[in-house]
Amino acid sequence: MSSTFESVANIIAETCDIPRDSITEESHAINDLGIDSLDFLDIAFAIDKAFGIKLPLEQWTQEVSDGKATTDQYFVLKNLSARIDELVAAKGA
Amino acid sequence: MRLEYFQLIDRVVDLNLADRTISAEATVPTESTIFEGHFPGYPLMPGVLLIEAMAQTSGWLVVAANGFARMPFLASVKDAKMRTFVMPGQVLTIKSRLAHDGSGFAVMNAKITRDNQAIGDATLTLRVLDFPNPEMAAQMRINATRLGLKIEAPADV
Repeated sequence: MSSTFESVANIIAETCDIPRDSITEESHAINDLGIDSLDFLDIAFAIDKAFGIKLPLEQWTQEVSDGKATTDQYFVLKNLSARIDELVAAKGA
Repeated sequence: MRLEYFQLIDRVVDLNLADRTISAEATVPTESTIFEGHFPGYPLMPGVLLIEAMAQTSGWLVVAANGFARMPFLASVKDAKMRTFVMPGQVLTIKSRLAHDGSGFAVMNAKITRDNQAIGDATLTLRVLDFPNPEMAAQMRINATRLGLKIEAPADV
């Protein structure tokens, strides 16, 4: 498991009071963990702070609404972690 | 304050987009029907309205920072503390700082003081969305003028 996933899982567990051991890389934040959009703002805030990035939530939401992406691409935690890694890498480039 | 119109601040006295801060003033009215219930014989400014004053002040900072392009809506209130009573006629200073500019949301640290005494504080999350209609956007500009808020070009925040 990536360290990014570990950080994200810990943030979700702490922010949403979800047992840490129930959060896996395959967990879908919305469908499996039941995180709603308001709680996800808190998670995004914590992730932004922890990684020094700005999760493009609005862009992702728009892409899903337009049918250009699925929620799995952004909200399954292994995929979310990969997106975070990309954003961190882009920031350092 | 014009409580019956839900106008919780009277004027913006300072806006610093570089520092992401705003300061506003508000005078609690001496009379209001609200005080008939809160409380009979002992009028107090309700804490929820103090939170709203912080939310409105915070919102104006976000509106100014995005150049009146988008509208903030209160989404969550955390760590709200009402540290002392606020009576009719008292003059309040409400300050807010943009702590985090997220994608479609903003986290604000707000506080109220009276003669430099801490009155209340809270961390607020605002959703930042497109204006639902042009009428609202236009009205917000009118309200900004009433509050003395200078409309400037969008800041890179």
